[in-house]
Amino acid sequence: MTNHFTLRVNGADHDVRDSWLGESLLDVLRDRIGLLGSKGACEQGECGSCSVVIDGELVCSCLVMAASTIGQSITTVEGIATDGAPSDVQRAFVDAGAVQCGFCTPGLIVAVHSLLESDGEPTETEVREALAGNLCRCTGYGRILEAVERVVVERRR
Amino acid sequence: MTVLDAPSAIRPGTLGDSVLRPDGTAKVQGSFEFCSDLNAEGCVWGATLRSPHPYARIRSIDVSAAWRVPGVLAVITADDVPGQANYGLIVPDQPVFAADVVRYVGEPIAAVAGDDPEVCRRALAAIEVDYDVLEPLIDAEAALDPNTPAIHPDGNVISSQPVIHGDRDATGDVVVEATYEVGMQDQAFLGLEAALAIPDPGGRGLEVYVATQWMHEDRRQMADCLGLDPESVRLVLGGVGGAFGAREDISLQIHTSLLALRLGRPVRMAYDRAESFLGHVHRHPATMWMRHHATADGQLVKVESRMVFDGGAYASTSEAVLLNAVTQAPGPYRCPNAVIEGHAVRTNHLPCGAMRGFGVVQVCFAHESQMDKLADACGVDPWELRLQNAMHTGDTTITGQVVHNVAPVEECLRATAALPLPDEPVGGHPRADGSADVMKTPGGAGRTTDASDVVRGIGWGVSMKNLMYSAGFDDYSTARCRLADGVVTLKFATVEVGQGFVTLAGQIARSVLGVDDVVLGRIDTQVGSAGSTSASRQTWMSGGAVAAACRAVRDRLFLHVAEQHDVDPGQLEIDGTDVRDEASGWRIPVVDASAGVDIDETVEYRHPATEPLDENGQGDCHVGFVFVAHRAVVDVDPELGLVKVVQIATAQDVGRALNPLSITGQIEGGVAQGLGLAVMEEIIQTDGIIRNGNFTDYLLPTFLDMPDVVATLIEQPDPLAPLGAKGVGEPPTISSTPAIVAAIRDALRQVDGVGRPLDRVPVRPADICLPARASASSTTG
Repeated sequence: MTNHFTLRVNGADHDVRDSWLGESLLDVLRDRIGLLGSKGACEQGECGSCSVVIDGELVCSCLVMAASTIGQSITTVEGIATDGAPSDVQRAFVDAGAVQCGFCTPGLIVAVHSLLESDGEPTETEVREALAGNLCRCTGYGRILEAVERVVVERRR
Repeated sequence: MTVLDAPSAIRPGTLGDSVLRPDGTAKVQGSFEFCSDLNAEGCVWGATLRSPHPYARIRSIDVSAAWRVPGVLAVITADDVPGQANYGLIVPDQPVFAADVVRYVGEPIAAVAGDDPEVCRRALAAIEVDYDVLEPLIDAEAALDPNTPAIHPDGNVISSQPVIHGDRDATGDVVVEATYEVGMQDQAFLGLEAALAIPDPGGRGLEVYVATQWMHEDRRQMADCLGLDPESVRLVLGGVGGAFGAREDISLQIHTSLLALRLGRPVRMAYDRAESFLGHVHRHPATMWMRHHATADGQLVKVESRMVFDGGAYASTSEAVLLNAVTQAPGPYRCPNAVIEGHAVRTNHLPCGAMRGFGVVQVCFAHESQMDKLADACGVDPWELRLQNAMHTGDTTITGQVVHNVAPVEECLRATAALPLPDEPVGGHPRADGSADVMKTPGGAGRTTDASDVVRGIGWGVSMKNLMYSAGFDDYSTARCRLADGVVTLKFATVEVGQGFVTLAGQIARSVLGVDDVVLGRIDTQVGSAGSTSASRQTWMSGGAVAAACRAVRDRLFLHVAEQHDVDPGQLEIDGTDVRDEASGWRIPVVDASAGVDIDETVEYRHPATEPLDENGQGDCHVGFVFVAHRAVVDVDPELGLVKVVQIATAQDVGRALNPLSITGQIEGGVAQGLGLAVMEEIIQTDGIIRNGNFTDYLLPTFLDMPDVVATLIEQPDPLAPLGAKGVGEPPTISSTPAIVAAIRDALRQVDGVGRPLDRVPVRPADICLPARASASSTTG
């Protein structure tokens, strides 16, 4: 059973054809729409590599049926930069050394933006708790924490 | 962070500067192409049929129904492998597809290609395999028994290696012994296995994009099995999402290539997480008995050990893992006498091979637990005991090899001890409103722990690790450097897995050649081998190769400048971004000096030769060693068996810090994997069947599990290393594990004066909170 529907991703409408009804948002983003920034690494909502924001809520796109997001506003990592210029969070990740292999990075970028939109002054524990759903196997999280703290300080100015 | 605070007068972009990753911006924007993101015109999907049984005879395989699934394009089995039937890193003992026998759950039997992944899944389900299920061999000790039937034509013993050194009958005043176990750890890189194979027209060769650790070794094994010349198999590195040893062996490379060659069109394969757990090798589970002899005041006299490593169904690198383990069994200490016996055996468990630390992780947990036991028996402080026995440059290892490297074990111990202990009280600082911060207590958000029950312990771990490949292996790396009009282009096959060689290579070129602009060529097999990105070897090996290639180009540039400007080429040097005549002080910018020239040099770098061990395990088998100390602070809830690692302090021997930011990342990330092995991570198999091959049940450290890591670097440039720098990737993982376990033991001892043996990692809640089970541990003397 295939479907034809439209998803609103990063402010633009995308036609989705030949999707089967239960197909995950992650697979539709990657394989049907061609937005490859969201990554799949566990298929169980454990690792956060596929994090996107749907109507302001951070979710694992591997756990969401694409067809259930019709009419909602979806933001992926590709929608973070403005006119191709990296965001403050993206710059801080590079500058603080928060990127190694980079596979978890897109999901973390989306998650950090989501965190700082809801709370501009998180404590260290709040940062750790908010990002505990995003696994990183390379960095041990130390430089990621540093990156988030740098953005918090910069945004205060 | 002490590492990153050092003031710097270093020219930006060169060695010693915390240069940022060249691929960083692409990675944060999601535009970096990982192997699983690659596609090609007309590409179809491949998938693998795997054994559900740990050990079974295959009576028959019927693929006819798979062919009838709409959209199926190819179905292949062992009969369709045109070249060698088996592959393997050291010995080719692993079938591309099982034909007669399956030896582990997950062993490949067939592969299919189809229009999309769902078609492939249906086709795999339609293949009928008739199995005669056999009793699996799951006990590594039983595998050593000559009366146990062999599960493989090569036998059940993959490798046995003794190390006999000094007086084998020596005894000490104090003797401590115990048997230690290490569980099977998964590398759990996030970027799942993926490959894209594009056949050449005519089918006599192909281009394969793959996420691997060693391009040329993959190519060798692939060519053998595909029945092609190595030159016809061109590998290109697809973006690699972490590796940690799991990509050193072949996984889907040959299967993808076979399908592509069969169809004459591009094929891609990608594992999901469950398949990844079955599709790559893991860290060897090990059982290690150790007996330490010392003088009454704690000076090591002799170490005895018998260790058995469970290699799983196929050999992979078990022999080399075992060699590391037996040769470094006492750890970074002076040990005049040793009697070590090690075995790596075959079982019907998942195959095991390389993972960060490679054999040393296992023995380090044992020898560091022993050092604590010895300290206790001698009434000496654990840190003092380690200091007293610390190895120094010029000391001899238990294989009779003199350590010519810088060996700053004492400095690592002293510098770690000087790092501040956490200022947080047990249970953490209260929140702003005065309430307790539950996330700082063992059990965290579960809110199970009463802070008044929590006890804090401190533990130590120290380790040594051999760098590069050992025992006579011809280990080299190749790099090509081209200088034209002030721009350097580097070409190498050094695999970037996230560790940062792509950053370092540019730093080397800028330092040696005085340029600013460095372009990196595509990482592929169109240049000589770089060897593997493993064994903490690429900074030394490929760093050495890039430096040598740049120096060869520089020497030719000097000849050119000398000819053009009538100066003595022997007097020229690079000073900043200028070529400078030492005698006169005359200078010319490199950009100008290289205008209109095109100099191109390719160099192979080799480390000094090593030798295989003799029948007593003696010989100069390792190139060199790196050292590190870890101190762990852990809060423990002894009633519930829960722990919270509060802080890891570490001083690491790096030779010379070429990129402090990058080193910091390796230290923090390596500690996370050491913490995982200490208290969280284990692949559980019951009767040979994996029970937790997914990220819900295989627990990985999250942001909340990771403590503060306080690090300092011991910088003593190693005269043996081409850039003075040692590899930094493995040490953080190795002794962080025993340090954490020692801290838990320390906390528990404070509770009842006895504590728990904790002779197995990962430590589970039941090991902490239940009364100590009857233990093999004993102390005499």
